[in-house]
Amino acid sequence: MAVRERLSGNEAVAYAIKQINPDVMPAFPITPSTEIPQYVANYIANGDIDTEFIHVESEHSAMSATIGASAAGARAVTATSSCGMALMWEELYVAASNRLPIVLALVNRALSGPININADHSDSMGARDSGWIQIYAESNQEVYDNYIQAFPIAENEAVHLPVMVCQDGFITSHGVENIMLVEDDKVKEFVGEYTPKHYLLNADEKLAVGPYAVSNYYMETKRGQRQAMINAKKVILEAAEKFEKMTGRRYGFFEEYKMDDADYAVVIIGSAAGTCKAAVDHIRNTAKKKVGLIKIRVFRPFPEEEIACALANVKAVAIMDRSEMFAASGGPLGAEVRAAMYQAHCKAEAVNYFYGLGGRDITVSDFERVYENLEKMAETHIAVGMYDYIGLRG
Amino acid sequence: MNGTIEIRWHGRGGQGAKTAALLLADVAFKTGKYVQGFPEYGPERMGAPITAYNRISDSEITVHSNIYEPDYVVVVDESLLDSIDVTKGLKEDGAVIINTEHTKDELMRHLNGYKGNVYTVDARGISTRALGKNYPNSPMLAAAVAVSGVMDEDEFLTEMKSSFEHKFAKKPEVIDGNMRALKLAFDEINK
Repeated sequence: MAVRERLSGNEAVAYAIKQINPDVMPAFPITPSTEIPQYVANYIANGDIDTEFIHVESEHSAMSATIGASAAGARAVTATSSCGMALMWEELYVAASNRLPIVLALVNRALSGPININADHSDSMGARDSGWIQIYAESNQEVYDNYIQAFPIAENEAVHLPVMVCQDGFITSHGVENIMLVEDDKVKEFVGEYTPKHYLLNADEKLAVGPYAVSNYYMETKRGQRQAMINAKKVILEAAEKFEKMTGRRYGFFEEYKMDDADYAVVIIGSAAGTCKAAVDHIRNTAKKKVGLIKIRVFRPFPEEEIACALANVKAVAIMDRSEMFAASGGPLGAEVRAAMYQAHCKAEAVNYFYGLGGRDITVSDFERVYENLEKMAETHIAVGMYDYIGLRG
Repeated sequence: MNGTIEIRWHGRGGQGAKTAALLLADVAFKTGKYVQGFPEYGPERMGAPITAYNRISDSEITVHSNIYEPDYVVVVDESLLDSIDVTKGLKEDGAVIINTEHTKDELMRHLNGYKGNVYTVDARGISTRALGKNYPNSPMLAAAVAVSGVMDEDEFLTEMKSSFEHKFAKKPEVIDGNMRALKLAFDEINK
């Protein structure tokens, strides 16, 4: 029987780590992800697991040690947030280009400055070009489920890429919610034993990891990484299907919430999707308007064709970004979704909203106003511009 | 959102308002409810005003925003009444529960004309009597349960006893005092 529990998002990830018992976890504390290595250290101290915990002096070292362990052939994980991941930057690219199946628990937090500890996607969105698979969660349940699924995705031979399992800082990481935990033996069976084909500590096969590759090899390496990203799509869906068989909980590249007949849609990532669902329900129950929501789960690889297909029949769409990239087009999700819609000749009006930067709260009534704006846009065919803001003081 | 009870906690860093919100989520969870317990993080320092929240429901809760129109407000530190509009957005058929030695009438000038129920409980006095120390969060948690009726007293006390036995496994001598503080709060709450 699955176990009914109540846990914070950080507790849920730490519990998944306990169930998986990875070989190595180097980590350095940073709010709001600190609790994850803290809880894991407790599990190790209590003898629950035999993961090798490496105390390091910075996040640069945390990712370097994780890379070293992974290259040696170990199942290696770490956790971080915000500026901690910024300090890993160089190593993120090294992990991905060396095709190391590391799983990073990222608790999303705004990047400085001004210094801010709250939820915002600027850390992971900044790393969207680093070659990591990125999976996002709405709730504690989802971050737990995503974390477990990350291993068979990362370690699949056709993929062999690192995976970032993201959740919103404080909102889910420190919020306690109901959760259904999978039994230990089922989790162990689901993730399986990690037996890498090529690894540094294999005396029978000489191997170079991270060698110099100038113009005669670099481009092919990047094409190889892209192929792994393309391959990941199928593997992500296979892992989701297997997970659904085990738990009954269904996952894909994104969740479509009341999209079947929707005229107006919001596309969003993370915990605010749950708040938006309440707005969708309220509008459908009271104003009887056909509104829906697409919650992106997998941002890398980006499900371009699938998103365009899901938006094919809507009249207007609001794409919501919780991070700034100072582009003329708006934010990162806005750019991806608009590109997908353009390529598929979607006719819907589209606007990109910035919301929730640095933890600015977004409410059910904020989302109700977003849907009102979409209805107006569809009628007048006048968009406010490429982007606008929700919850910005005048 | 129908059938969801929303509670907002006001306290100061170090008083245990966040812990109380998490404990309330804990006990409500054990009675079969869907729960949320979460703090609003600002400056992390002792004495700074902090806010924490609870949602308790019979059905799944998806909303992840703060709470602006709570059913109940719990004020763990009455000195906050001077600087924070604690009844802001509070539903008039709800209630505010304040840790104070003062009477309701003496506090009304701080409550911006709030027309709903006002409860007072001397959580500091209770804690001092029961534990010999000022830990106002346990009595305030009991007061929140008594006023909101999220579960009945016996059920609450049974669940709390098992929580304390777990939490204080290494210092069981404080369990009786904490249980006494909870019971006193049920008895001494004033409307």
